Amino acid sequence: MTTLISKIRIAALLCSISSLFLLAIAGEMKGADSNVSSGNRIEIKDFAFNPQTITVKSGEKITWINRDEEPHTIVSVEKQFKKSSALDTDQEFTITAGAPGTYTYFCSVHPKMTGTIVVEK
Amino acid sequence: MSDYISHDHEHDGIDRRGFLKCMAWAGTGVLWTVSGGVLASKTLAQIAKAGLSLPKATDLSFLQISDSHIGFNKEANKDVTETFKIALDRINAMPTPPSFLIHTGDITQLSKPEEFDTFDEVLKSCRTRDVFYVPGEHDVLNDGGKLYRERYLKKVEAKGSGWYSFNKNGVHFIGLVNVLDLQAGGLGQLGEEQLEWLEQDVKGLGADTPIVVFAHIPLWAVYPQWGWGTSDSERALGYLKRFGSVTVLNGHIHQVLQKIEGNVTFHTAMSTAFPQPSPGTAPSPGPMKVPAEKLRSLLGLTNVEYKQGKTALAIIDSNLS
Repeated sequence: MTTLISKIRIAALLCSISSLFLLAIAGEMKGADSNVSSGNRIEIKDFAFNPQTITVKSGEKITWINRDEEPHTIVSVEKQFKKSSALDTDQEFTITAGAPGTYTYFCSVHPKMTGTIVVEK
Repeated sequence: MSDYISHDHEHDGIDRRGFLKCMAWAGTGVLWTVSGGVLASKTLAQIAKAGLSLPKATDLSFLQISDSHIGFNKEANKDVTETFKIALDRINAMPTPPSFLIHTGDITQLSKPEEFDTFDEVLKSCRTRDVFYVPGEHDVLNDGGKLYRERYLKKVEAKGSGWYSFNKNGVHFIGLVNVLDLQAGGLGQLGEEQLEWLEQDVKGLGADTPIVVFAHIPLWAVYPQWGWGTSDSERALGYLKRFGSVTVLNGHIHQVLQKIEGNVTFHTAMSTAFPQPSPGTAPSPGPMKVPAEKLRSLLGLTNVEYKQGKTALAIIDSNLS
């Protein structure tokens, strides 16, 4: 009985974690020369995310690279994934797309900068 | 009437051409003089070139420095520590040293402890020891401003995320924080808690008390498309409406702009690190690259003087060339 309750608890916990972190964080910041396996790249230039909207498959990686001389961050508007640290010039940040859905994010240093991730099955 | 207002369509005391002339006139250091409540400014270079000494009869003079961005090393200025040192040398060379300094944020480029260390070390060469700070967004990047608050708010009774007020020579100074908890798509913001504090802070003051407000991001809509404004600044200014003299000092945009609206004078200071483009004149507000020989003419300080019995403070911008 105790084992069964524990299992239910673990299952409930996993369920709540997966719903909280719809996009799993796979990456930390890297230098620009490091290899990025995914082709889903978002360039940050002139205080804008390019492309501003990106469509990816669930499980794919998304990588931002900062080409500005200003630091920028990637922060989920609805706190659906862990925010990046401040990216200096040529630094990257990678996440892995989770459950299908639409996710908006912005730069917390320059909040006029916004972007959207559309995750498909 | 100022000689640089040629078109004043909004009857607010400023026009675009006036802005440009004002910017051309300003340099890197700005001397603020509170004189009977009226802030006035002159560039330190103007003072030096004219062979003038600063007014002796002023009751209070203080100096604004801003946007030192220690740690920045890109094309726009590969040695921001050196230009910061030059700014301090200018302060040390002033015939009458300012009573204190105000730093309006972006001390560092990336909020790194070693960048704060370098700033503190260089600042030791300044003979004016008293410095009051407000944070820029570059000072609170990864820790919400914890390190900044630990280092730079020791001398004040700061509330919340670091706002405070103090009095000097009958002038009430208010340091505000508008770079934290920014919202997607928005501008700088003060937030409910800080606004409530501000309302209480000024409640008991007489309307003849000169007020100086300082914060990093402009408290007026300089150019919202680039985020150069504060979403809830109107409410803050509403609490200050009854005062006869309000001077608002900001940084963030790395250039001198001034606007006068009723009893309120808005003024932004130059950076000691690198210039930024005039509103809307470039694809983005990032660091502006200029020929090396021109750089120091676009960096500077602001001096402010106050003289009791007068209403406005004197504001003097000066560059580092």
